[in-house]
Amino acid sequence: MKEFLEGSQAVAKIISLCKPAVIAAYPITPQTHIPEELAKMVAEGLLNSEFVNVESEHSAASVVLGAVATGLRAYTATSSQGLLLMSEVLFNIAGLRLPVVLTCANRAVSAPINIWNDQQDSISLRDSGWIQFYVENIQEAVDFHLIAYRIAEDKNVMLPVMVCMDGYILTHGLEVVEIPEGKMVENFLPPYQNNYKLDVENPLTLGFLADSDYYMETRFAIQKTHQEVLKLLPKIIQEFKAIFGRDYQEGLVEAYRTEDAEKVIVAMGSVCGTIKEAVDDLRKKGKKVGLLKIITYRPFPSNKIYEALKDVSKVAVLDRALSLGSDAPLYSEIRSVFFGKKRAPKLIRSFIAGLGGRDITLESIKTIFKKLSLKETEEEFIDLKPELLKEKL
Amino acid sequence: MERKVLFASGHTACAGCGQAIAARLVIETAGPNTIVANNTGCLEVFSTKYPESSWGIPWIHSLFENAAAVASGIESALKYKGREDIQVICQAGDGGTADIGLQALSGMWERGHNILSICYDNEAYMNTGIQRSGLTPFDSDTTTTPFGKKSSGNPTLKKPVPEIALAHGIPYVATASVGFPQDLQKKVKKALSIKGPKYIQIHVPCPLGWRHEPRLTYKIARLAVETGLYPLIEYENGVLTGVRKIPGLPVEEYLKLQARFKHILSNPEELKKIQEIANNNIKRYNLFAEEKSNP
Amino acid sequence: MFGPLFCKPLTSKNNKTGSWRTTQRPKFLQTNCIACRMCVLICPEGCIEGEEKNTYHCDYNYCKGCGNCAEICPKQDIIMVEEK
Repeated sequence: MKEFLEGSQAVAKIISLCKPAVIAAYPITPQTHIPEELAKMVAEGLLNSEFVNVESEHSAASVVLGAVATGLRAYTATSSQGLLLMSEVLFNIAGLRLPVVLTCANRAVSAPINIWNDQQDSISLRDSGWIQFYVENIQEAVDFHLIAYRIAEDKNVMLPVMVCMDGYILTHGLEVVEIPEGKMVENFLPPYQNNYKLDVENPLTLGFLADSDYYMETRFAIQKTHQEVLKLLPKIIQEFKAIFGRDYQEGLVEAYRTEDAEKVIVAMGSVCGTIKEAVDDLRKKGKKVGLLKIITYRPFPSNKIYEALKDVSKVAVLDRALSLGSDAPLYSEIRSVFFGKKRAPKLIRSFIAGLGGRDITLESIKTIFKKLSLKETEEEFIDLKPELLKEKL
Repeated sequence: MERKVLFASGHTACAGCGQAIAARLVIETAGPNTIVANNTGCLEVFSTKYPESSWGIPWIHSLFENAAAVASGIESALKYKGREDIQVICQAGDGGTADIGLQALSGMWERGHNILSICYDNEAYMNTGIQRSGLTPFDSDTTTTPFGKKSSGNPTLKKPVPEIALAHGIPYVATASVGFPQDLQKKVKKALSIKGPKYIQIHVPCPLGWRHEPRLTYKIARLAVETGLYPLIEYENGVLTGVRKIPGLPVEEYLKLQARFKHILSNPEELKKIQEIANNNIKRYNLFAEEKSNP
Repeated sequence: MFGPLFCKPLTSKNNKTGSWRTTQRPKFLQTNCIACRMCVLICPEGCIEGEEKNTYHCDYNYCKGCGNCAEICPKQDIIMVEEK
C-alpha cells in the first residue's frame, strides 16, 4: 500500500512487519525517529516486541546480540558516535555469526561534533564483517531492510547486515513509498530458525577462546561467506522481484546510463538521486555521462564494478568519507578493481564531497563531470572553503 | 543423590582456584534450566578454550563489559517466547563488574530484568596478571599498585558495589564467600526464587594473585569473613535481613597468609588502618554475636 | 562457510588435568568420614564423589592436588601424601 511517509516511519513500518522479538533503543540524532515510531507501535499494541530502552549504544548492540543468540529476531538502529561506541560489539556479532540487522542513519563523526550527513560512521566499520547496503531513497531503505533479514538469516550466511541510509536526507525526508502487506513479507521472509543458539535442550558454548590454532579459520570462513553472498544476493533479489515487483537487478550495483558513457561517477547513498538528475540533464545536452551506484558495499562487488566500468574512459569516485592519511575509501577500492585486468578506465579520480552535511548540489555534480579531464588527477574536495583554512594556529 | 554435572572437570584453572569453586557451586545450584552470559576473565578463559568447554548449560561470552546487556537481550527474548521459566545469569570478575562492567549492570538493574548477576571477587584483574581493580582492597600489592618506598599498595577502599546495587532498588543483594559454600548455595537458591534483578558478590581467593598456598583457599576465604574484612550480608527489598556473625579475629590472621599483604605485617601504621576497616564493617553491620561489653 | 563456531557441552573432560600434580595427592582414608560432603563442595575441579560415609574419593584424572579437601575435612579423614 502506497503511503506518504517520513523515512524513519517507513523503516519502522517495515521493521514491525518483520516482527522482531527484541528491539534495543537508544537516542542519537538523526536515527531517533525510528525507535520512537517503533515505541509508539508497541505502546499501542500494534507490535508485540520486547522494547528495551538501553543505557548506551554499546548495550543496544549487546542486547540484540543476546536476543539473536537466543534464536530470535532482533533490531536496533544508530548513527555516528553510537555506531563507533558499539563498534567492538559489532565485530563481536560478526565473529559470532549472529544475523542481527541494524540501521545506520549515516552521520558525520566527532570531532568536531556534527549531526548532519556523511558516511564516515558506517565506512569506518567496513572491516567488521557486516554486510553493508547503502540505499538511495526511502523505498530502497524499506526494501533493503527486508532483504537484510532474508540474507542475514540464510543458513549459508549467518552474518549481520547494516542498512546505511543518509541521515536527515533519508530519515527525515518524505516520499511516497510502497509498504508491503504483512502476508507478502511472510512469503518472502520465513521465521528465523537456527540450531546455533542458547538452548537448554542443546546446551552449546558460544564465544569461546580460540588460540592461534583455531582463530584464523573463523576469519577465513567469514571472508568466504562474503564471496558466497555475492552469488546468493542476486537470487534473493529475484525472489524479491517476484513477490513485490520491484527490480533491483542483482542488488549489488545499479548502472545508470553507463553503457556508452565516457564519464561515470561512482557513488553510494542518496547523492545518487542527485547524480541521476545531473546525468539526465547532461545527456539531454549530448554529454555521454552515467552513474554507477554501489548498493552493496560489503561484500564489495568487484566483478560487477569491473563489468560496468571497464570500457568507461574517465571515472570519478565520489566519497562521502575519508580514510585520513590515505586515499579515500571507495576510491581506493574502485581503483583496486582494475589492477592486473586487461581493460580499465584511463582515469579514475577521487572526489570528496558532502562531509558534515555540506550539500551536494546538482551544480556540484556537474562540476565533478567537468573536472573529470586527463589534465588533473589529484584528489579534490568539492565545495571546500579555503577561507576557513590557515597554515598555522 | 545424583549430582548433575553442569561445570565439568578438565578446565585449566590454577590449582586451588576460588573462582572455579564458586562458579561450579553457582551453576549446580541454579540447575540445567539456566542460560549464562559471562564476561571476559579467568573463568571464561579457563573454562572455554576451544574445542573444550566445561559448561553443561547454554553459555555465551561476548566481551569484557557487556554480559549484563547480553543477558538483558537473552532475558527479553525468553520473555517474548513465553519461556520465563528459564533462568538467566550474568557473571563477571571484579573488574568486569565494578569497573568496566558497571554501566551495563546499572542499566540492567534499573530496567528490572529478571537476571541474577554474580561477581566473582578475587580483588584484582587476575586474568591479565594481577592489576588493581575497583574492588582491590586497601594496601593490597598488585602490579599497578605495587608497594615500595613511596607506596604501601592500593590506596583506595573497595568500591561498594553491593551498596550501588541496593541504590538501584533491586529486590536481592548479598555477599557470599567460598569459605562458606553452603551459605553461598543458599543465597543463589534464594536469589533465583525472586523475580527481578539480583546481585551476589562472591569472595574468591586467588592462590596466584594473592600469593597463598593453593590448599588454603577455603581457610583464607573464611578468615576474610571472620576478621570482618568481608562481611557476609543479605538484603531483601532494601532491608538487611541476614548477617553472618563473626568472632572478629584480628586482621593479621588473614593478611599473614597472603604475600600480597606481606609488606603490611612490618608496618604497624598500615596494619592499624586495615584493622579499622574491619572494625567499621563490624560496627556497621553489627557482626559480633553478642554486644561486647566495655572493658 | 563456517569455522569453529561453538564448543559442545562438558568437553573439558577430554583434558586430564591430573597430569598437573607434581608433589602431592589427596588420600581419602574412608575411616572416620561423616559424609558431610564439604570436600565435594570445595573441590575446584568438582572431581570428588561419594554417597554414604567412607565412600568419598576423587578422580585422579582431574585432581590437581591443591589440598583444599584435606584442609576442609572436619574429621581429618583426607590427607595429602606424596605424589608418585
